[in-house]
Amino acid sequence: MGRFHYHPDGTAHTHDHDGDGDHDHDHDHHHDHDHDHDHDHDHDHHHGEDVSVGDHSGYETGGLRVDVLHKILDENDRKAEANRRDFRAAGVHVVNLMSSPGAGKTTLLREVLTRLRPTVRAGIVEGDIETSIDADRLAATGAPVALVNTANGFGGECHLDAAMVRSVLPDLPLADLDLVVIENVGNLVCPAEFDVGEDVRVMVFSITEGEEKPLKYPVMFRSADMVVVNKLDLLPHLDFDLDRFYANLRDVNPHVRVFEVSARTGDGIDDVVEWLRVACAERSAG
Amino acid sequence: MARRRTRLRITEDDELAMHELSICGSIARLAQEHADGRRVIAVHLDVGHLRQVVPDTLRSSWEFVVDDTALAGSELIVNYIPAVIHCHGCDASTTLTAPVFRCPCGSIDTHVTAGEELSIRSLDLARPD
Repeated sequence: MGRFHYHPDGTAHTHDHDGDGDHDHDHDHHHDHDHDHDHDHDHDHHHGEDVSVGDHSGYETGGLRVDVLHKILDENDRKAEANRRDFRAAGVHVVNLMSSPGAGKTTLLREVLTRLRPTVRAGIVEGDIETSIDADRLAATGAPVALVNTANGFGGECHLDAAMVRSVLPDLPLADLDLVVIENVGNLVCPAEFDVGEDVRVMVFSITEGEEKPLKYPVMFRSADMVVVNKLDLLPHLDFDLDRFYANLRDVNPHVRVFEVSARTGDGIDDVVEWLRVACAERSAG
Repeated sequence: MARRRTRLRITEDDELAMHELSICGSIARLAQEHADGRRVIAVHLDVGHLRQVVPDTLRSSWEFVVDDTALAGSELIVNYIPAVIHCHGCDASTTLTAPVFRCPCGSIDTHVTAGEELSIRSLDLARPD
């Protein structure tokens, strides 16, 4: 991939560094380079990996370098910890449920929650209702649903963050619940970056998605504690190599746990239910 | 000696990676906080290869987010940090060129030592007149 460089004269171009054997750079260089130097125009070429973003026109020399060292998602992480404290205080086990669109999150959720009743009382934080049909399917489980409005704010439609989840917690009777499932937005990139205060991350993967998905979305697959492999009833009809998928998954996340299910036929759902039942019991026992 | 390698390719569908907008929103808030009223010329970031930040998307997101704010015209300068795993079995450190978190010795008992950074390192501020 080429990198953009803008120059003070307003010109811009890319350098394609990748695969260019003559273009060796020392990575260590810019990890400990001198931050007190005057910031001159040709920094891009000295700091081989630096990618300049924005317009240099009108850029001036002699700026004052101030060290900041601030984690960008710090605020989200603090809100996630606040959520986690509230969940723990209420004795609630919390699942962050993630998948690509159409992997079967809502169907799986309905099947699991129906079987968990009445011994495990569950609530849902919902960030991914595509139609009122989805809402009706979940309402049938009897679980209280807190709806997150993902239409607000920058990029709000691609993931739930800790603040969004926090804003709807008053809509759930936490003290009366054993389990909260946060149904994240169907997306294999963005939700992985945002802690929302969950105990476990569960990913629903449909075998219709292809066996190479873990290698294409390693951060998401790596962030999961549990992968629920769904739509297994379709295996005889697909050109899907289950062993190959597991090999790819283990490359990315060697220790991840796996359940094989078909939310449509109900096969394997009881194992997921039992896993959640045990986790909820452990949480309420403190 | 560290060699320049092909960057890890994180996603195939880059257009899906729109969390850059949220990230730019956070960067803008933090930058203004730390600038304390002084004009910001540049924001230096440390971004690990495992953070799924797409440079072009970050650039357009930044221009969009800072447009018509005190940060308009400022630039983001991103220091990309390669992903490195350390093996507990053989004690080797390996820079990843593919999303395989297994040590070349075969062990899966590894942990990530670099590549998950996502921080503002420093700001370049205009000198007072």
